[in-house]
Amino acid sequence: MNAATLLAVADPSTEVGSVTPRAHLFVALAAVGVLAFIVRLVRRHGLRTKYSLLWITVGAALATLAVFPDLLTVVSELLGIYYPPATLLLLAVGFLFLVVVHFSWEMSRSEERVRVLAEELALLRERTERTNDTEPAAHTGPAGHTEPAVHTESADPTE
Amino acid sequence: MNAKDLVIIPAFNESETLPSVLADLRRVLPGIDVVVVDDGSSDDTARVAAASPGVTVLRLPFNLGIGSALRTGFRYAVAEGYQRAVQLDADGQHDPGEVPRLLEALDGADLVVGSRFGRGATTYEVGHTRRGAMRVLQLALHLLTGRRFSDTSSGFRAFDRSVLEYFAVTYPSEYMESVEVLLQATYEGFRIAEVPVRMNPRAGGRPSTLRLGLAYHYLRVLVTLFVRTSRRRPAPLAIDHDVERDAAGDDPGTGT
Repeated sequence: MNAATLLAVADPSTEVGSVTPRAHLFVALAAVGVLAFIVRLVRRHGLRTKYSLLWITVGAALATLAVFPDLLTVVSELLGIYYPPATLLLLAVGFLFLVVVHFSWEMSRSEERVRVLAEELALLRERTERTNDTEPAAHTGPAGHTEPAVHTESADPTE
Repeated sequence: MNAKDLVIIPAFNESETLPSVLADLRRVLPGIDVVVVDDGSSDDTARVAAASPGVTVLRLPFNLGIGSALRTGFRYAVAEGYQRAVQLDADGQHDPGEVPRLLEALDGADLVVGSRFGRGATTYEVGHTRRGAMRVLQLALHLLTGRRFSDTSSGFRAFDRSVLEYFAVTYPSEYMESVEVLLQATYEGFRIAEVPVRMNPRAGGRPSTLRLGLAYHYLRVLVTLFVRTSRRRPAPLAIDHDVERDAAGDDPGTGT
């Protein structure tokens, strides 16, 4: 047993559907690892549910492939792809592409929202400063004794 | 409802030049309201602006870029009920003395652009690369709107209430938004006029971007322009009071 046997899974010259036990174990462990990692993230509330669902699906797909490696060959034949590992790569690249595009879109949206929030904050800040400025003035003004501002205790000792 | 006019000054690290700009404004236009939008400056811009009498300061919590700073100013103008507003640079390039001319031009337009080029404007020095890039943008805008703007990137502009309301929500946040906005306003059916104005050389501070960054921004704006057109059908063109009639004048006869 050496690296060559491990590579056998990717060798088209080997019999279709043949996977060495070592590769089988390796892929299965990886799939279990991915699933465990995602579940952990979800449980710690580090992932929104929509994303956890997405990645759990990926993990499940990986696990299924690990258990039934022949599935890849079947799918490849269905798609008319001669070389099964290419199917895996194609699906992976396509999937990742969609995910990245989706994230770009979501980032743009979040950024715009942060912008609007910051702009609104600037306006609100100015408005509160303005009202805070006028209130103490009413305090000391000639009509100060009638103002309801009297019972607002200011932390600022200056008038 | 506010009978006064508002001057919106977006400022990012402009504490050096801002005091003189504000002093000039007060001297030339004593009655006008001024709002400085401090775009997350790391220097004393906000303090310097607040020290100037009659100036309102809006402080953004972090640097958002000129587009967002302006949009904040537009929001303020709309919220406070201003009917007209002028955008002015904090670096002293724009002469406050030209503000009344921009506001006057609002009588026949919704958006007025103070142009650095054209009759009545002082010769404004720009580098070859920059001029070339400006030409490309001009051409792109001409293709997309059918109009010619002599100064597509001027940040010396006046807006009436309808434009303020529109921009308070839609003003693009990215750099060089000034070009994009012309297209946006044209499509929205706003009447745009150009008024030649005098401009000063920069009194201080550094130009907003380095050359490489500039190239990227020009490219980005070009892409944005063309993407935008595919998004919306152009509205009928507004009547422009500043149209040059040269083209009609030298119409060649049919038989030579």
